[in-house]
Amino acid sequence: MSAARERVLANIRTALNRTGPLADSVTAVLDARLENPRANVKPAVDGEVVQQFLSKLESVHGAVVRVATMEKVSEAVDAHLQQNALSPELVVAPDPLLEDIPWSNRFAIERRAAKGDDRVSVTAAFAGIAETGTLVLLSGAESPTTLNFLPEDHIVVLKVERIVTHMEDAWARLRKERAKMPRTVNLITGPSKTADVEQTIQEGAHGPRRLRVILVG
Amino acid sequence: MQSRAHEFKQRSATALLDPELKRAMGKAKGGFQQKRRNAVDALPEFEALRQAAREIKEHTLHNLDFYLERYERAVQSAGGQVHWASTTQEAREIILEICRNAGAKRVTKGKSMVGEEMGINEALEQAGFEPVETDLGEYIIQLAKEPPSHIIAPAVHKTKDQITDLFHAHHQKYGLTDRVTEVPAIVNEARTVLREKFLSAEVGITGANFLIAETGSSIIVTNEGNGDLTNTLPRVHIVTAGIEKVVPTLEDVSTILRLLARSATGQEMSVYTTLSTGPKRKEDLDGPGEYHVVLLDNGRSQMLGNEFHEMLRCIRCGACMNHCPVYQSVGGHAYGWVYPGPMGSVLTPLMVGLDKSFDLPNACTLNGRCKEVCPMSIPLPDMLRKLRQRGHEQRLTPFRARAALGLWAYFAKRPRLYQLATRLGMAVLGSLGKRRGRFRRLPFAGGWTDARDLPAPQGVTFQTAFRKRGSQK
Repeated sequence: MSAARERVLANIRTALNRTGPLADSVTAVLDARLENPRANVKPAVDGEVVQQFLSKLESVHGAVVRVATMEKVSEAVDAHLQQNALSPELVVAPDPLLEDIPWSNRFAIERRAAKGDDRVSVTAAFAGIAETGTLVLLSGAESPTTLNFLPEDHIVVLKVERIVTHMEDAWARLRKERAKMPRTVNLITGPSKTADVEQTIQEGAHGPRRLRVILVG
Repeated sequence: MQSRAHEFKQRSATALLDPELKRAMGKAKGGFQQKRRNAVDALPEFEALRQAAREIKEHTLHNLDFYLERYERAVQSAGGQVHWASTTQEAREIILEICRNAGAKRVTKGKSMVGEEMGINEALEQAGFEPVETDLGEYIIQLAKEPPSHIIAPAVHKTKDQITDLFHAHHQKYGLTDRVTEVPAIVNEARTVLREKFLSAEVGITGANFLIAETGSSIIVTNEGNGDLTNTLPRVHIVTAGIEKVVPTLEDVSTILRLLARSATGQEMSVYTTLSTGPKRKEDLDGPGEYHVVLLDNGRSQMLGNEFHEMLRCIRCGACMNHCPVYQSVGGHAYGWVYPGPMGSVLTPLMVGLDKSFDLPNACTLNGRCKEVCPMSIPLPDMLRKLRQRGHEQRLTPFRARAALGLWAYFAKRPRLYQLATRLGMAVLGSLGKRRGRFRRLPFAGGWTDARDLPAPQGVTFQTAFRKRGSQK
């Protein structure tokens, strides 16, 4: 299909009144724009970022509980299960952060990707974005993507120092901390929902019915 | 998808008499407009973002070949493959080939307008695959064997009762024999049926809201999570996208994302914004083994060089149709092709041919609301006017309209004659209609009087009244 490629590119160049590719001097400027990405307009974020993150997340029906230390995560998960009358079976992402948690022996824990009938997953977030109450989750050996979508309850552990102000700040961290883009970056803002039946909002469309964030610190 | 845009007049006449459609559209309209209003009012930077987004898109379009090549290189270095298609026919062939090579039977799909443009479902079915739409709205209309009637709310024309009937007719084979009549139960039933499809599909096809040149990522923006199950569970993920979807960097896409959901549904962010970059990594526990992108031109490169190039800034939010009185009255199906409403009335003539869709640019009151709400500041009414002019130049205007315009022009170019004629006409109509004050029927004006009365003229002509006011000052 490289003939089509050449045809499309040639049509584009003709439309732009050019006969061939851009001159090297021009592409150098454009490459510099790609290599040094600049933020454009960033909306003002009022008040303290953690507070802003929490209130934005709650406004889209994400449930949040804040605990002081990682040791308390197990308790918070238990509370969520009891509150929603769920059995203590968890699929936990094989993330070192989560492995170090002293889990209550009440839980039956498996560490793997999700299956179609898993009820509850626990994963760790890469970042939280205060601007919109958005969680940033990255795929990888330690964080299978299916855990974010198949189970009915998705519990996300987020360390408070991972909260950033704007989306652009999350990209900056991603570039700094990861050599390459992971296969998937999931920006998650609330539980799954649909309004396709008469514009009535219904949560729990195809993804999790409930999103619970455990904020640590 | 086969265009039926040439049938706009008949289809809109039928639509106007459809009480179910009127009910469904009435429910949707106010919500969309109010939610957008609230979201925009809550963001003081909205205008600044709009300006920045416009500049980003214009910059990218002016260097489109460069950014597409950089994007392609980035996809390849992440292990993905990029396929180029000039036409929808080429795109369909590429997709079928990938599905065959994957040994696929079932193909799940995320909602995609470019997919509708390509007519993927029909092609897959004809080739013996089972395409399954997984966005709830798309799933509903797939069961009804209808095309989408809105670009972000494809089943907006359906009432709850109609959906109940559809599910009852199609879900009994899964042992789901109860009629589900309430929204939670309807959504739940679709979740149950589609979960099985997600888990068993070999190929997943999604669209793309954006392609990022910097990283080689495709982005989808959804609320249901169906797009993510479509691009994570099957062995093969195919992304379909128009060539205008590319933006340079993650920062650039962040700017436009701030406009997209607010303009579409009034959300600050949709629930899921997902970046996909290449296939599953060696160490990953899930994700597709193959990642393909099919880039479609289909007339876009032509638009790039002509007076309609600003249309390529469109991010498919649907705000224009949510604020269009014509769309709200006739619904999306009347437009006869993939894209309805104001943006569709520009795109359809450019992609399908003005001779096959001449009525669309004329089905507009030029009230300008679409331009006001467009997050990318696309001058839709100006473009519709240009298309009308083109139609006139190509002699597509019906004979009667041309004759009437010619007659009017004859008088308009002769002011004294024009004044005499209007004064005369007014006097005659005024005295004829004096008793009732209106006409129920009038020769040559059936188009008007069939649906409403024509008020009889009263007093003097506009020009006389205008002169009189001038002399009073």
